[in-house]
Amino acid sequence: MARFGMVIDTKKCVGCMDCVVVCKTENNVPEGFNRDWIVQDVRGKNPHLQMEIRSERCNHCDNPPCVYCCPTGASHVHDLGGVVIVTHDMCIGCKACIAACPYDARFIHPEGYADKCTFCIHRVEKGMGPACVSVCPTHCMFWGALDDPNSEVSKLLDSRKHHALIPEAGTKPQIFYLV
Amino acid sequence: MNEYTTTRHNEMIDPSLHIWGWEIPVYLFIGGLVAGMMIITGYFIFKGKYKDKACVCGVLPLLGMIILSAGMFALFLDLEHKLYTWRLYTSFKIASPMSWGAWILIVVYPAMAASFFVNVPEYFSKIFPWMDKISEKLQQHRYLIKNIGVINMLLGGLLGIYTGVLLSALGARPLWNSSMLWLLFLVSGLSSAAAFVHMVAGRVDERELLAKADNGFLIIEIFVIGLFVIGMITSTKVHIQSAMLLLSGIYAPVFWVFVVGLGIVIPLIIQLLAVNHKIKHTPIAPIMVIIGGLILRFVIVDAGQYSHWIDAAF
Repeated sequence: MARFGMVIDTKKCVGCMDCVVVCKTENNVPEGFNRDWIVQDVRGKNPHLQMEIRSERCNHCDNPPCVYCCPTGASHVHDLGGVVIVTHDMCIGCKACIAACPYDARFIHPEGYADKCTFCIHRVEKGMGPACVSVCPTHCMFWGALDDPNSEVSKLLDSRKHHALIPEAGTKPQIFYLV
Repeated sequence: MNEYTTTRHNEMIDPSLHIWGWEIPVYLFIGGLVAGMMIITGYFIFKGKYKDKACVCGVLPLLGMIILSAGMFALFLDLEHKLYTWRLYTSFKIASPMSWGAWILIVVYPAMAASFFVNVPEYFSKIFPWMDKISEKLQQHRYLIKNIGVINMLLGGLLGIYTGVLLSALGARPLWNSSMLWLLFLVSGLSSAAAFVHMVAGRVDERELLAKADNGFLIIEIFVIGLFVIGMITSTKVHIQSAMLLLSGIYAPVFWVFVVGLGIVIPLIIQLLAVNHKIKHTPIAPIMVIIGGLILRFVIVDAGQYSHWIDAAF
């Protein structure tokens, strides 16, 4: 079975927020909430500054603390590609998964359940990729099977320097940033 | 320099996590308090003190059930998808402390009810004579009663431990991610319960015993807080920074003044003088211990939410 993941080229990302807007449209994300967002990370000392622009979202971790802490099984790993998703009518809104996520990727939907990026699982089931990847104007986002050595994402990770977010938290995130 | 700018501003998440308000600290405090009450009740039953109708172990189970129900109501108020609360009881997730807690809460009620029937208070036996009959039948089985005492101590311990594990299992919040938190909440629960029982106990010898026990719990609590802090400041960068929230950061004044000072040290001095018959027993020290225990839960829950891994300089 495939293990889906995402690769984002920070050298190409300009932080235009197209991915953010299309996500809200595609997934009916309510006003005031975001399933994905843009981060500008500036490091260094003037004039030797480095800036990384990242499109961030749920990392669909291989070792997902949000799934482990869920008391009802609402948060679970989908059979399709190891995507972490929430079954809305099983969620009691206890917010343990929100506290368990080191990326703060989850939020409470106004209807009461925990919500987050699903890698657009409804599109993936139809053979398409996530909406954010499909609209990126700089083509900096790639999505595919990380366990397939011939996939585009695997080749990029083989050929380019990259990092994941907070790997020291031990969650084994599945979104990688090319640097 | 490390400047981190995000376009995300999700409610209850940004700028810092604030998903749990007053309900969870109140619930965690009540869980610890009732856990301590169950352990004290179980101990008195195990030691055969239930034979005296005036034993405080007669009223504690009923008080415990009422107080715990209030705590569970606070927990219910915190849930965002209330209509689906029943989902907690259609599954058991072994890796989820919250799932363990939901089931522990279910089993502590029958245990407390059993301890209630060991020694039904006179007030109830006058109105409901059938309660006394159950009590009389139970009292014919000495070992059954001892087992009820042991079960209450065990389940009380589990309840108190779970309130700490509930937070410490959440590794994304460095301040909670300590192996000492269960012990801190258990000992704090025991000291709050001893203080509470000290106030409601009718017999002088029981009050004296519980004041002495409370002094012991408070001394242990000081050591546990010390070990909790040492564990944090000898750990990773984010753990050190999260410990600093309590030691010298924005939560330091309330932690040192209300939790350590007015919640542990001052009442400990008052109660040490009282048990050595230098001053009279008053409800002042027990009330300070109980309020200190409640504030401890508020500080830990709030500061824990404030601590995080992302751009960890807080």
